[in-house]
Amino acid sequence: MSKVAVYRVLAVVIPVVLLEAACRLGWINALTLPPPSRMAVGLMDILASGKMNAAILKTLANVLMAFAFSAVAGIALGALIHRSRTARRLLEPLFSTYYAIPIYAFYPLFIVVFGLNDAPQVLIGFMLAVVSVIVATLNGLDSVPLVLAKTARVMRMGPVSAALRVTLPYAAPHLFTGVKLAAAYSFIGVIGAEFIMSQSGLGYEIRYAFDNLDNSVMYPLILLILLVAVAVNMSLDAWDRALRARRGAGR
Amino acid sequence: MKAILDRPGAAALLLTAILLVLWQVAYRFAGKDALSPPIDTIVYLVQQLGQPEFRLHIWATGQAFFYALAIAVAGGLLIGLVTGLSATAAETAEPLLLAANAIPKVALYPVVLLLFGIGLPAKVAFGAIHGVIPVAIFTMNACRGIPPILLKTARVLRLQPADRIGAILLPAALPDIVTGVRLGFSLTLIGTILGEMFGAQSGLGYLLMTAIGLANTQVIMAVTLLLVVIAAAVSSALLAWERSLRARRSR
Repeated sequence: MSKVAVYRVLAVVIPVVLLEAACRLGWINALTLPPPSRMAVGLMDILASGKMNAAILKTLANVLMAFAFSAVAGIALGALIHRSRTARRLLEPLFSTYYAIPIYAFYPLFIVVFGLNDAPQVLIGFMLAVVSVIVATLNGLDSVPLVLAKTARVMRMGPVSAALRVTLPYAAPHLFTGVKLAAAYSFIGVIGAEFIMSQSGLGYEIRYAFDNLDNSVMYPLILLILLVAVAVNMSLDAWDRALRARRGAGR
Repeated sequence: MKAILDRPGAAALLLTAILLVLWQVAYRFAGKDALSPPIDTIVYLVQQLGQPEFRLHIWATGQAFFYALAIAVAGGLLIGLVTGLSATAAETAEPLLLAANAIPKVALYPVVLLLFGIGLPAKVAFGAIHGVIPVAIFTMNACRGIPPILLKTARVLRLQPADRIGAILLPAALPDIVTGVRLGFSLTLIGTILGEMFGAQSGLGYLLMTAIGLANTQVIMAVTLLLVVIAAAVSSALLAWERSLRARRSR
């Protein structure tokens, strides 16, 4: 293991051990924060009993839907907007201020329109995620050398096949950055919406446990969300690095 | 069309007009249960801005947001500068910060509430945990992107650490740091509002949450509009500052 990898592990392990010690020694009240080891054991019990499986599946399915829609729609919209200079000039102010808009505030409106089902949650996740994909796609297409676009034209490719076979593959590393952000935003959007108002899912279960002061369910589920979000982010990151390394070696 | 869009502010104005028209169209389709129409919302918002009670909520949010932003920026700068100054520290910290950025922080609200109780400290903490990481990531990368010659110059001049940061690092990294602060601003605002939705009895987020409970679209839309306008205005101002810093740099 390299030196940096050791430091990274230490940077995670030391705070956890300190937290464990502080809880065990009674410096932190167990009602406020149980020791991490107890959270982990609680999480195992919950996963083994299967009582939260429906909620876990529901949340993951909604996150996956928001993610898939935003990745596909974001790349398609990005490619479309890139073709029109006017559209781009027009939308640039929206993109640059988009993440300052509290998207969650639209959640109640979606509930009124779609009803209290999965659609408003998926839509919130989608809305948070899609713009990061659009912006990444625009940046990626900007990086495509002119000669490639010209080659596509010489080969008499239509705009769709040129995009699918030449420019988008070239822009892939940029697209991946957007897709990675989209995964994080889909989680944040769906779970946030579940917290605000919902009838199922992990966010709902955590809120329910919190309202009933049921720490034995609440903390393990919070831990689960953290673990899943971090694991997804890290595996996408590792995949991204592998792709970039291969591309660098190929040239 | 293109010539018009090239004028400063023209794109933003035209975009605002288009969004207002879309809003009106959406109102025609979704009906008054889901949306309140643009004119009514603006009139209602202006009326509310004159009401002392509404102003108290704005003041409460503003106060919490101010503290949260101060903590997020100070903490982010500190983490970013400390990790950005050493290659090993940066390499160690980068994946950890990116993973922390991907965590849905909404899931942490029960912990924040248990630690701080309902009220101002919980709002501030919730806002700050949303904003601190983007500031840290951008500051760290800004420090790493500083041309080595500047750092060597600092060493040749035997500058003390404080002078090195004040005279070399901060000015050289400022444009990227402003990008981080712009993102941190947006996220801190969203975090503060979310904190108020779950753990407060005052502020715009609290107002939003009670309006959601009562399905009061007029209040929801008016508060959302106010937040969007404030967020867009500040974000645009920071973006303009950032661009002028970069323009000065490239001259």
